[in-house]
Amino acid sequence: MLSANVLSAICVGYVAVLFVTAYLGDRKARSGKPGWLESPLVYTFAISVYCTSWTFYGAVGSAARNGLEFVTIYLGPTLVFVGWLHLLSKLVRIARANNITSIADMISSRYGKSSAIAVVVTLISVVAATPYIALQLKAVATSFQVIVAGADPGVATAAGGVAAPPTFEAAFWVAAGMAAFTLLFGARNTDTNERHHGVVAAIALEAIVKLTALIAVGVFVVFGMADGPATIFERMPPDLLTPRDDFATRWITLILLSSVAIICLPRQFHVTVVENVDERQVATASWLFPLYLFLISIFILPIAIAGLSFLPAGADPDLFVLTLPMAADQHGLALLAFLGGFSSATSMVIVSSIALAIMISNHIVMPLMLKTPWAERAQSGDIRRMLLRSRRISIVAILMLGFLYFRLSSGSEGLASIGLIAFAGVAQAAPSMIGGVFWRMANGRGALAGLIAGFTIWAYTLFLPSFGPDVIFTASALADGPWGIGILRPYALFGLTGLDPLTHALFWSFTANILLFVSISLLADQRPLERLQGALFVDVFRMPGSNSHRYIQRSVTVTDLFVLAQRIMGPNEAQRMFAGFARQQGLDGDMPVATDAFIDHLERRLAGSIGAASARTMISQIAVGESISLAELTKVADEAAQAIEYSQQVEEKSLQLEATARELREANRLLKELDARKDDFLNQVSHELRTPMTSIRSFSEILLENADIDGPRSDRFLSIIHDESIRLTRLLDQILELSQMETGRVEWPLSAVNIDKALGRAAAVSEGIASEAGVQLALSLNAPGAVAEAEADRLVQVFVNLINNAIKYGATKGEAIEINSSFADGHYRMTIRDCGPGIPERDRERVFEKFVRGAQPETSGAGLGLPISREIIRQFSGDLVLLDGPEGAGAVFQVTLPASVRAAAAE
Amino acid sequence: MTKTVLIAEDEPHIVELLTFLLEREGYAVTAAADGEAALTVLANTTPDLAVLDVMMPKQSGFDVLREARNDPRHKDLPIIILTARGQTRDRETAIEMGADAFIAKPFSNQDVLATLRRLGA
Repeated sequence: MLSANVLSAICVGYVAVLFVTAYLGDRKARSGKPGWLESPLVYTFAISVYCTSWTFYGAVGSAARNGLEFVTIYLGPTLVFVGWLHLLSKLVRIARANNITSIADMISSRYGKSSAIAVVVTLISVVAATPYIALQLKAVATSFQVIVAGADPGVATAAGGVAAPPTFEAAFWVAAGMAAFTLLFGARNTDTNERHHGVVAAIALEAIVKLTALIAVGVFVVFGMADGPATIFERMPPDLLTPRDDFATRWITLILLSSVAIICLPRQFHVTVVENVDERQVATASWLFPLYLFLISIFILPIAIAGLSFLPAGADPDLFVLTLPMAADQHGLALLAFLGGFSSATSMVIVSSIALAIMISNHIVMPLMLKTPWAERAQSGDIRRMLLRSRRISIVAILMLGFLYFRLSSGSEGLASIGLIAFAGVAQAAPSMIGGVFWRMANGRGALAGLIAGFTIWAYTLFLPSFGPDVIFTASALADGPWGIGILRPYALFGLTGLDPLTHALFWSFTANILLFVSISLLADQRPLERLQGALFVDVFRMPGSNSHRYIQRSVTVTDLFVLAQRIMGPNEAQRMFAGFARQQGLDGDMPVATDAFIDHLERRLAGSIGAASARTMISQIAVGESISLAELTKVADEAAQAIEYSQQVEEKSLQLEATARELREANRLLKELDARKDDFLNQVSHELRTPMTSIRSFSEILLENADIDGPRSDRFLSIIHDESIRLTRLLDQILELSQMETGRVEWPLSAVNIDKALGRAAAVSEGIASEAGVQLALSLNAPGAVAEAEADRLVQVFVNLINNAIKYGATKGEAIEINSSFADGHYRMTIRDCGPGIPERDRERVFEKFVRGAQPETSGAGLGLPISREIIRQFSGDLVLLDGPEGAGAVFQVTLPASVRAAAAE
Repeated sequence: MTKTVLIAEDEPHIVELLTFLLEREGYAVTAAADGEAALTVLANTTPDLAVLDVMMPKQSGFDVLREARNDPRHKDLPIIILTARGQTRDRETAIEMGADAFIAKPFSNQDVLATLRRLGA
């Protein structure tokens, strides 16, 4: 048919078309008008990188052997895209908000930017994907050989029979060509968003080629070789669609695996999440991608049936897509089918190696570099160059690894199921990723333990045995368990038999993975950053606008930040970004202020180049004071905690309110009491004023209206008017005086006053009233030298008031009012005991209240005497009290004054 | 026969004033300086008019009023309540308790005389 050289030339030509497409795509993207590049159609075609050569060739093989089982591989992704759009949107939103670069970055970022998790996920991905890449190389090499062999009549029968072992040479050049392409378009720069428009464009083109090829072959088979669908299905072997024994469990396993793989495969995560430019693309892909899967799978069964019935028995079903057109001498169609398979293989290899290279360089190479002194030396240099170099080396290494794997395992049958083995491997990332996105409590230790356990069991029960007996495990270890320990048999771990190896491995690895992940998450506490990231991830749809991490407080000089940014982003880009942010901050210069917002912004930008964990490490190296305060943590605490806190706050508030209400009630009660007392006082004042006014008014009316009143009587009335006027004046004076004393506005000139002498003067003044009342004043002065700081006239006034009160209210004819003075302990004491009935106990409290008068007929006073006296004594720092005593024994008042004794007593 | 009046009032000058006014109207005045004294007077005599001050020592004017109304002999005794506490509450209390008139201090002599005439005394 075609010579190897011609076919090679066609391959090179096809690859050249891919180069041009990628180049145009990149140029269009750089022009700033991406146009069709960002259409949902291109995005969906890129997602179809899911359909590798394994599905292109292998699905037909699977259909020929196992009937409809191949459908499961398409059903899983269809279920996810149709049924769980929410998950995809959420992943895309989180990735965009945090500049996520890979699935390893996603998971590590979720669990507090943990480097350990990033490394483990990267390792799992590389280990699982390398054989998968090898599978693609094998497919290309084999198909190449089949086509070339078909050109040679001598080998033509061999093509229809058993495929010859693929040539390593062809595979090597395929690998080399893909490496070149990937290096050129996948690692040209370290975009902060890790988007590769050119690559996506090329892959979209390849998606169209492989779909067209498969449909073309299908149409040819159904309508060219047979006479339509009916005739094809007539030829179907009767037992092809009969369910197998393990139909149920294996189907469930396969659907579960493929639905997990559509998100967890590094290349799928890359095209679906990282390369996404617009969240609306996801909505379109949610129906368009299932449609693509439907179209690509619709002719698989007919092709399989045709292969089984038209081709000689023993022909390799995995190559029906190629050999059917060849058998019909449709060379053009065979070439198209070859290109379809070639497209499937190359697109997978390209995207996988880009995705893996990002992970390896970001999570393994960069952290190592950051820890070596060599990185210190490179401080002034350009880390970006190192990063690019490490990424390129990673790409070459991955492809080399794939090639080596292909070479080493070429003899074994292990490659056949390697696609599903890879699925099961990367599926180990699913619990921590999906859990991390929906379950706030999920923590890093649980994720790490789950990942490691799942990965280990996967490797032990599925991956390592897949190399065949005597490669990793000896034949006896496979059959009876290592060292003859039965329960450790890789295919029947812990004695679990009766499952096919895939289901068995998935059962144990997922059980261990999920159990550890959930239980450790429940038992262990989250680190603060984990908690924060957890909240940001789980609540990504609730975060307003840009996802700013306002909870982290860091400080660093802007110069340090610039040096760092320059190293990673390159001087021009760094300058642009810094200047842009400075403008945003409203500054004139090129340097922004290193606010939290800016540090976060820069960290996210750097994360886009080197992954969250590395970006964080780098920023942490120069930033200080990074911590999350307790108060800030509460902001991001989970809803339950917030609810609890809220209810506590409510409780606290209600307690406060209760306390306040109590205080207010108490204050209100006091105010009411004060108000009542004020009313009382005003009533009293009014009463005291009305009485003298009555006399004044009425007597003057009498005098005015009766000119005939005789002289003595009119004199009498006038004198009453006069007296009452004086009484009125005195009352007003007293009220004023008392009010002034009470508010502390009185300042008398104080001087040293001999207290006994003042008391003597007062007694002399009251002598007349006393004798009128028929009582004696029994004076006993025992502190002749006692001197107090006071005002003499006021002191006398107090004493007179006390003596007059005693006479007024406590006089009994013929008895004596006892007045005593003494000095002790720096205090002068004067007591006065009357000879009346005393003051009833219930009234004792009230005697110092205003306008309260004793029950005596002579009531010329207004009831202000005692309150005024007490105020006066208090002005002199002393006190006036009513002493307790038995009722009926006479009232005893006591004046206490701070005093000193002087030899020469002052006046 | 001369009409008699009981004046219960603790302010001597007011007693003097009322005595002057009522004597000029032809009354014979009996004065009491507190509630107790007023009740003593009422227990022993049947005056034709009583003028009671509210705020007095020992027994208030209201106490005296209540006692008087409980005494069948004084059921129809015209009673004037006199007070320096000008609140309407006192006026209501007085009327409810059976006083015939209420005069607030300070008053005009005309008020007193008009009240006397209204009471027909």
